[in-house]
Amino acid sequence: MKKRSYIMRQKENEEVFKKSENIFPSKMTLLRSFLGNYLIILIMLVLFGAGIILSPYFLTGTNVINILLQSAINSIIAIGMTFVIITGGIDLSVGSVLALSGVVMASLSHRGFSVILVIISGILIGIICGFINGSLITKWKLAPFIATLGMMSIARGLALIYTGGLTMYGLSSSFTILGSGYLGSIPIAVIITFIIFFIAYFILKYTKVGLYVYAIGSNEEATRLCGISVNKYKLLVYIISGICASIAGIILTGRLNAAEPIAGSGYELNAIAAAVIGGCSLAGGEGNLLGTLVGAIIMGILQNLLNLTNVQAYYQQLVIGLVIVGAVLVDTFRKR
Amino acid sequence: MLIYQPKLQQLQLYTSLTYIRFSFKIYENVMSLEEGMQERLLELRGISKSFPGVRALNKVEFDLYSGEVHVLLGENGAGKSTLVKIITGAFPRDEGEITIKGKSIEKLDVILAKELGIAAIYQELSLVPHLTVAQNIFLGREPCKYNFFGIIDWKSLNSQASRLLNEVWGINISPTLKIKDLGIAQRQILEIVRACFSSNADIIIMDEPTSALSKEETEELFSFIRKMKERGIGVIYISHKLEEIYEIGDRVTILRDGKNMGTFSVEETDINSIITLMTGRTLENKYPKRKKEGRSRGKEVFRVEGLKRNSKLHNISFSLREGEILGVTGLLGAGKTELARALFGVDPVDSGSFFVNGEIVDIRSPLDAINLGIGLLPEDRGLLGLILNLSVKDNITLPLIESISRNGIIDFAIQKNIAEEYVQKLMIKTPSIFQKVKNLSGGTQQKVCLAKWLASKARILIFDEPTRGIDVGAKVEIYNFINDLAEKGVGIIVFSSEIPEILNLSDRIIVLKEGKITKELLKEEANEETILYYATKGK
Repeated sequence: MKKRSYIMRQKENEEVFKKSENIFPSKMTLLRSFLGNYLIILIMLVLFGAGIILSPYFLTGTNVINILLQSAINSIIAIGMTFVIITGGIDLSVGSVLALSGVVMASLSHRGFSVILVIISGILIGIICGFINGSLITKWKLAPFIATLGMMSIARGLALIYTGGLTMYGLSSSFTILGSGYLGSIPIAVIITFIIFFIAYFILKYTKVGLYVYAIGSNEEATRLCGISVNKYKLLVYIISGICASIAGIILTGRLNAAEPIAGSGYELNAIAAAVIGGCSLAGGEGNLLGTLVGAIIMGILQNLLNLTNVQAYYQQLVIGLVIVGAVLVDTFRKR
Repeated sequence: MLIYQPKLQQLQLYTSLTYIRFSFKIYENVMSLEEGMQERLLELRGISKSFPGVRALNKVEFDLYSGEVHVLLGENGAGKSTLVKIITGAFPRDEGEITIKGKSIEKLDVILAKELGIAAIYQELSLVPHLTVAQNIFLGREPCKYNFFGIIDWKSLNSQASRLLNEVWGINISPTLKIKDLGIAQRQILEIVRACFSSNADIIIMDEPTSALSKEETEELFSFIRKMKERGIGVIYISHKLEEIYEIGDRVTILRDGKNMGTFSVEETDINSIITLMTGRTLENKYPKRKKEGRSRGKEVFRVEGLKRNSKLHNISFSLREGEILGVTGLLGAGKTELARALFGVDPVDSGSFFVNGEIVDIRSPLDAINLGIGLLPEDRGLLGLILNLSVKDNITLPLIESISRNGIIDFAIQKNIAEEYVQKLMIKTPSIFQKVKNLSGGTQQKVCLAKWLASKARILIFDEPTRGIDVGAKVEIYNFINDLAEKGVGIIVFSSEIPEILNLSDRIIVLKEGKITKELLKEEANEETILYYATKGK
């Protein structure tokens, strides 16, 4: 083999390296990470601006409150869903759990039980369903998709059996006020949504539960090797999701002044959509609650805007689908 | 100088086989005509690449000629894998020029790289384990009897495969064997054969191909690499085993901190100057000595008696003193990893007892182990040791979050202090404690992993293959850490299959075979032969 003269660029290289010694992120990277974190809010503002241009009724106090009210139920479910998705799981049962706790609460309220008792029993239903989901997943090692798919059908079936397929009316007004009442000019449902949001935000950001949820989603085995009881926290997120679903059930039942056993079907997909638009990764480990809340509001704005501009309801599905795919695409490009 | 690039897709297979042989013949003739003339297959000029917070490559120059083995060297985080990923098109470059076979390439992606004949052979191979050798080679281009129905002609498949293997490459592997029954070296060889056959690959990248091979297998692979060279294939060879350079390499390029420290012909260099260029300092000793020997002093901190788990571990008993380094070695599958996991409670034992500081204890889960002051640095830090998506701060404090949170709310000030303390103590190279661990280099990650257990005040540390896939410089640093820790009175158990490492590091050595301890040796009485004897023949 013929020998080649070797190349020595040591000196030249050293000089170049001195200039790039600084391994702190450049301004450009900072801008990108800022955009990454707040892009979703930017999109919401753009949609909001489009709304102002497209409809004169859009930027009225009542309409803005209306948007928040419309997104309240989806927001609450999506907040619970975010916990589950960050651990790398999924909860398909939320819509059915909502209906089940709704009909149970309605029947108790109809029989004259006190509001507190009614609410506690509703939330208890959510806890039980979440506990069963979580146990199936952690103890019996079912895939989250399968376990919650089963629960989705079981809870729906129970709701239908319990009511005989009928809608339940005649609830006490002290119960329905939670869904349809106002505090000043702000709907109580919206206030509840924000309270839940802040509690959940606090848990995810400042408590060990929050840190563990991210850790489990990023690398379950490594988290276990840190001495953390992974199963305990996975069980917990499904319970949180169940609680959120049953709270959404309280609000929906109140708003409709009735409880239907078929209520909330398809809500699980809306909640997943809101979380995904908000930046959650279905692979786990990524996502935040502010994003999820904004994601749910974006879906609310779209719906509201399409209503105001008299677009046929069928197009709404189409547009929301496009937004979901678009949001995830943008996110994927950002990460490249 | 490959004159012909036959478009195999459009040809029947039997013709394509003759084609390959034919084109090789032409090629060989050309070679003999123009002795020493080699085509420049690949040329990289001024390649740079940055990731958030890290400049991975800095104006790197690299080239590859046909028929040569160009060794790429560098410590972990020097930018080797980034460079490889740029060549295979997995990452786009930030700047620089790429010329492949005389053609300047504007935008190199994975598909284009494959079309241009670039193939990378990774440790996780892409062969289908449950199919045969022949099926794997022809996957996606099987010869069919009645083309319309797509009925596979098994006979011609097997005969063509055996002709390809025996006549073209001169390898003696039966085409009807299943891949899962082959050794790793043979799988790597087949992977290359397939790449050369199906996409005419002539730029082959091998990333640490010998890290899991025995001596004989390494020899088998090397003789195959020599055959590749004869065929005019250019090989980019990445390895941490410096001795291999002289056996197989023609030229060597050394990367450090993302820049090219120089490209040399192998005959012109020696190991010491290579190490100096890689690490930026001279390494006097690959295995640093300890100031004090730990065996004689210190009281017993940890003892196990009669551990048993399934069929993997049988009657394991040993003790560990304060400040002692206990080496555990054995061949692959001797039960090292199983024992490490059992000691840490990941896979609890069926029977047997643990004693910490003379008191009998129960280790049923990692949490039990952590509470008893035991830490585990697992073999695969990316997969088991760290949570890559979390920050340095969160990773270091994860095992002690319980103790630094009140009512479940984390005390961020304390958390930050602890993280900063250990980042300084271990000199962890990170822009800030808020940096995500995945943006750090391998050696730095190993330090973060260590910081985690030091922060949780572990008194007994278990290292499972602490230096696997780590370069010389980082190895010495880790040995120094282990020695330092031992001097501070930490009891250390090192699991390693690298016998020289075990010999130099440990005060006492336990040899495992088939889940049993076959021998316990003191440092003075141990040498490579005795260890190998008890690892293979002992009972």
